[in-house]
Amino acid sequence: MLQLSIFLENAKGRLAEVISLLAEFNVNLRALSLADTKDYGVLRIIVDEPEATTEKLRERKVVVSLTPVWVLKVPDRAGGLAEMLNQLVKQDVVVEYMYAFVEKEHEQAQVVIRVKDQDIMEKAVQKINLTVK
Amino acid sequence: MDTADIVLKGTAQTEQEWLIGLRKTVESVLPIPYYRERFGSVGINQAEDIRSLEDFQRLPLTTKEDLRKNYPFGLFAEPMENIVRIHASSGTTGKPTVVGYTSQDIELWAKIVAKELARLGVTKQDVVQIAYGYGLFTGGMGLHYGCEELGAIVVPISGGNTARQLMLMRDFGTTVLACTPSYALFLAESLEESGISRDELKLKFGVFGAEPWSDGMREQIEARLGIKAFDIYGLSETMGPGVALECLAQQGLHIDEHFYPEILDSEGKSLPVGERGELVITSLDKAGFPVLRYRTKDLTALHYGTCSCGHVGWTMERVSARVDDMLIIRGVNVFPSQVEEAILSLGGFEPHYLLVVYREGSLDQLEVQVEVNETTFFDEVRELEGRQERLKQSIEDILGISVRIRLVEPKSIPRSEGKAVRVIDKRK
Repeated sequence: MLQLSIFLENAKGRLAEVISLLAEFNVNLRALSLADTKDYGVLRIIVDEPEATTEKLRERKVVVSLTPVWVLKVPDRAGGLAEMLNQLVKQDVVVEYMYAFVEKEHEQAQVVIRVKDQDIMEKAVQKINLTVK
Repeated sequence: MDTADIVLKGTAQTEQEWLIGLRKTVESVLPIPYYRERFGSVGINQAEDIRSLEDFQRLPLTTKEDLRKNYPFGLFAEPMENIVRIHASSGTTGKPTVVGYTSQDIELWAKIVAKELARLGVTKQDVVQIAYGYGLFTGGMGLHYGCEELGAIVVPISGGNTARQLMLMRDFGTTVLACTPSYALFLAESLEESGISRDELKLKFGVFGAEPWSDGMREQIEARLGIKAFDIYGLSETMGPGVALECLAQQGLHIDEHFYPEILDSEGKSLPVGERGELVITSLDKAGFPVLRYRTKDLTALHYGTCSCGHVGWTMERVSARVDDMLIIRGVNVFPSQVEEAILSLGGFEPHYLLVVYREGSLDQLEVQVEVNETTFFDEVRELEGRQERLKQSIEDILGISVRIRLVEPKSIPRSEGKAVRVIDKRK
């Protein structure tokens, strides 16, 4: 899955501007996370058509890069996420960042994970048989 | 100072030969009361009183202020009926400085520029797009007349209207571009977005000047436009563009023989060959508005000798800074070009920057705004912060003061169609 990473200058109303642009393009935000530092923010979003959305945003002078991430279903029980992460750690997967969202249709919890090494993650996912979106 | 340091033996012009020209210029300005009075105060009342370069160096320096005091035509050396053209400096503060040309001056200027361009290989077949401003500023017309003298095909498009510049560059088959380095970079950036591919252009090289730039900036322009970039130097007070131009060797700018250069320290004392200081110029053979020991406020160093291109005489290094651009922040001298060098040598950021100086309490603060780009890998916040920190370190090492780095979105720093604005000083 490709995530859109959007650079946000630390300027008043910039986040609202970008989100409004996405609304204008009729893009449904399936998941969203905002990383912020003292000087700028990085908005990370999951949308249905990442490439097309990126192109439209670039046309409007928004700085976007596409980042490969993993969207995984989290087992629907207490300790489900912990169990999954522990399994990944055993397979030497290093998580760079992660955020969660709930899919409305099935009330299904999901996480977006960015890992350091794609190949290691690939093998890990197959080995422990995770459900990848 | 030992004059042997200035004019080396065995080269084209000996001290005596230079003195003939310098005396002529002194003679031409002596009828002007302002000069006569000032020269008299150091005991020089006639051109013959100058027997050596040491004598010449006793003459008071001329500054922009002197020109303003005699606004508009007070320092012209020819009667007004012999003047055929007026140019003036941009004059951002106070009155502009005004210069006048006789028809011989215009001819001489065109010949100098033509000769210099020919040295770069410009011929009658070349299409030269002049994107310097036309008007009171000497950039546009100076290049224009030089190209016509050479017989090249001139496109006098002047500055601005970037989309049109690129379209005509393609349609007219422009081979040579003349403009400021910052505008060249803006054109390169706009080309990437214009839908015109580089293959459709016949551009071979550019002649860029009128503002200080760095080696890093040259590399960026050369890489992005796929051309060779040459540095041209001049200022309206001394004539206009063409006082000096690089050759294919790109080892400094060869000063035309109609100008006598000196380098002075901040107190106005002559510096030996090779040392950096303020460039001072005396014109030779210029009739309407001769200048004597004019302080250019440009910082550079001089060399004397023979270049691999065959040029014999003075060569100046690229002007990397202007005295006027100097910011004093917490007592430390800061030049925008130092920051430019740091940004470009680190990579990963766009070559567009803005220095914002402001006061927090009683302390001066310097904020450096730099643009990120799509290749800056900003998704990893730590990586970006690391890069920001490295840039901060690198700038602080060069400047010796602490700075704040602000990363901004691409193209958010205003682009210039002429001379770039690099500094916003909010302390004023």
